[in-house]
Amino acid sequence: MSLEALEHDVVVAGGGNAALVAALTAREEGASVLLLEGSPMAWRGGNSQHTRNMRCMHEAPQGVLTGAYPEAEYWEDLARVTGGDTDEHLARMAIRGSSSVRDWMMRYGIRFQHALGGTLHLSRTNAFFLGGGKALVNAYYRAASYAGVRIAYEAQVEDFEMDGDRVRALVVRHGGTLKRVRARAFVAAAGGFESNREWLREAWGEVADNFVVRGTRFNRGEVLKALLAKGAHPVADPKQGHMVAVDARSPTYDGGIVTRVDCVSLGVVVNREGERFYDEGEDFWPKRYAIWGRLVASQPGQVAYSIIDSKALGRFMPPVFPGEGADTIAGLAGKLGLDATALERTVARFNAATRPGHFDHAVLDDCRTEGLEPVKSHWARPLDTPPYYGFALCPGVTFTYLGVKVDERARVLSAGGGAFANLWAAGEIMAGNILGRGYLAGIGMTIGTVFGRIAGMHAAEGARAAA
Amino acid sequence: MTPIEALVESARGDVERLHADTGRMMGICNSCRYCEGYCAVFQSMERRVAFDAPALDYLANLCHHCGACLYACQYAPPHEFGVDIPRSLARVRLASYEAFAWPRAFGALYRRQGTFTAILLALALAAFLMAAARLAGPDGLFVAKAPAYSFYAIFPHGVMAALFGVAFGFALVAMTVSAVRFRRALGQGALAPLPAAASAARLANLEGGGEGCYVRSGFEHPPTSRRRTMHHFTFYGFLLCFASTVLATFEHYALGLKAPYPLTSAVVLLGTVGGAALIVGSSHLLVLRRQRDPRLSDPAQATLDGTFLWMLLLVSATGILLMVLRDTAALGVALAVHLGFVMAFFLAMPYGKFMHGIYRYLALARHERERREPNPYGFSEG
Repeated sequence: MSLEALEHDVVVAGGGNAALVAALTAREEGASVLLLEGSPMAWRGGNSQHTRNMRCMHEAPQGVLTGAYPEAEYWEDLARVTGGDTDEHLARMAIRGSSSVRDWMMRYGIRFQHALGGTLHLSRTNAFFLGGGKALVNAYYRAASYAGVRIAYEAQVEDFEMDGDRVRALVVRHGGTLKRVRARAFVAAAGGFESNREWLREAWGEVADNFVVRGTRFNRGEVLKALLAKGAHPVADPKQGHMVAVDARSPTYDGGIVTRVDCVSLGVVVNREGERFYDEGEDFWPKRYAIWGRLVASQPGQVAYSIIDSKALGRFMPPVFPGEGADTIAGLAGKLGLDATALERTVARFNAATRPGHFDHAVLDDCRTEGLEPVKSHWARPLDTPPYYGFALCPGVTFTYLGVKVDERARVLSAGGGAFANLWAAGEIMAGNILGRGYLAGIGMTIGTVFGRIAGMHAAEGARAAA
Repeated sequence: MTPIEALVESARGDVERLHADTGRMMGICNSCRYCEGYCAVFQSMERRVAFDAPALDYLANLCHHCGACLYACQYAPPHEFGVDIPRSLARVRLASYEAFAWPRAFGALYRRQGTFTAILLALALAAFLMAAARLAGPDGLFVAKAPAYSFYAIFPHGVMAALFGVAFGFALVAMTVSAVRFRRALGQGALAPLPAAASAARLANLEGGGEGCYVRSGFEHPPTSRRRTMHHFTFYGFLLCFASTVLATFEHYALGLKAPYPLTSAVVLLGTVGGAALIVGSSHLLVLRRQRDPRLSDPAQATLDGTFLWMLLLVSATGILLMVLRDTAALGVALAVHLGFVMAFFLAMPYGKFMHGIYRYLALARHERERREPNPYGFSEG
């Protein structure tokens, strides 16, 4: 396909959820649309292929969602996890939009289901995609193709050709050569930079070499970098992102959901020196999920070890890799490459500090340690039932928050004031406006979908005005 | 080790490797669970933490092969986890057919389906044609004796009943032993026969969680209900034909009503409608097989699947033909040909794709029961 042959009304840079939603919306508005997915077809969809649900506001039980999740509560949750690192106006737009957008999604073949087995804590707030994010991505690609959106794979946007505050063309590497792709309006929806190793090191220093990327291998941040170079207003800190403690044996990219290690709260977690460093029983999964990646990243060697005993078996989501097992703590230390004396001392101190209580993993129970630093405030039971198991953990980056600042029409704003005349943004590339730090399960898909709709609509409108 | 032992050993090694690899994939699935909404396989998977041979045989026979989980899988090739559930479960299914066959050695016939069926068919057709020619007497086979001509003038009823009784009896015994073996592999848990029948009758697990099932690549084409619809034609057509046979037997022995039955009789109507449905269903399923995304199928089973569909198609087509020709001079040949096909079909039943229905029903019966019990591994990301 010759990308240069036609001038399109709207060109979308990116191929995940936000890009597809923007493309379909622009097409609905009558625009001719070209979508540039940087990855090959087999890897299409960016991080969306690894997602599983979308956080939705609702005033009463709605479809697959139970109870109510009103705007106020949604906003409070977001304000809490971001610590105020959010634009309330844009955030509330995303929240409100999430209450009605599912009907639109279903028209394109997206199917929803109740919370998955083991995720009941999300059944009120999050609508799950039947088959997960890749099924959603497939449905959108099929719909886009049927609707007449032209789709180019392995089309990597390398630069923006500017004419004052207007984007004149994209410089796209496709089929081994650089091409100019012109359009009346552009949507940038190409994700963050988490799979760009150099950029991660720039932000984090050398420790970044010990991170794995849970997300797509194709989010190398080319579009983001080009936009920032053209004067787009940056938003969020490059060090901010969603980082999870994952199994250290995880693949370098695209590990997705299964690499999480879910037994942290059932035992102790030690660093390379065999020392505990944080309260393993502080809170439930959503918070652990959000903070433990960063905690491990701050430990020497960016590695930690989750240690459990046999009492924990059958109480956590099955791990994708089996743990190391041994009949003694010293034996386990040997298998994990830890100093046996240090680990034995840590476990003995921990065991001695546990106080009898009523163990209940479903609530913040009263099993806690006393006189131990750091405390384990819930689910603290002595590690005394062999065999013992251990999992090496490392930080796994899902996505980065550094992005471009947008206005309420999803228009990209300039660092020097004003806005790009014909450039809109959606998805992770602008999610940092709303999620500047912390994490709230399923909000990435909310932002991508709602702002994909907004960006697609305004880009089509902009294209009409420019025609 | 003798060469035969070496062969058996290597085959066992293949199955062990297949089980180990499929178990590895199921471990990944159980950690992910995104496909839970698609079908019983993933719902039953969530009730387990170990995926040994019996668990895999169970899950593999629960799988209706809709393909949804391959397209939805973030870990499918080219991902290094290489999760490929539809094809892997198809392979485990075939291995389970072989393992549960009776006599055990006949399990080898599943992989030699073409040769096996061709030989059976050739022998059965030759035998019935020769017998018909001999029984027809000096006038020869091509003499019109219509109207009111009876099949039994060619093949006396007693001969037919004895022959098919023995063939069907053997098939029934073989299938029963296999079913009992599979039931044992399912473990101690109770069954829920009625909910399983309801699920099988609707092919609830071929709905892909309400979307339908995949024929062509799901990366480009939406799911459809065509396979399910055509399976309904095939299955219910088969049931109608079976009902026609049972009714005819009843009328013959209990009521003393002898064939041929009038065109408007229940026996002929059931058989005609059933046969027509079978022709529509099986021929469409053959077409859909050709259109199917090759990623979904185990190439080693193409003949196994295709042979069964062709046999269903030809048994019903020769049956319809027999009804059309029954008042003509071609009756004798048409009858012999139809009976040859039916005989070969009966004898092939315990060693062909027919068995999928029995194993799947039993697996569904276990699934429908266990889903009503509390999950022994009710994990939570808690």
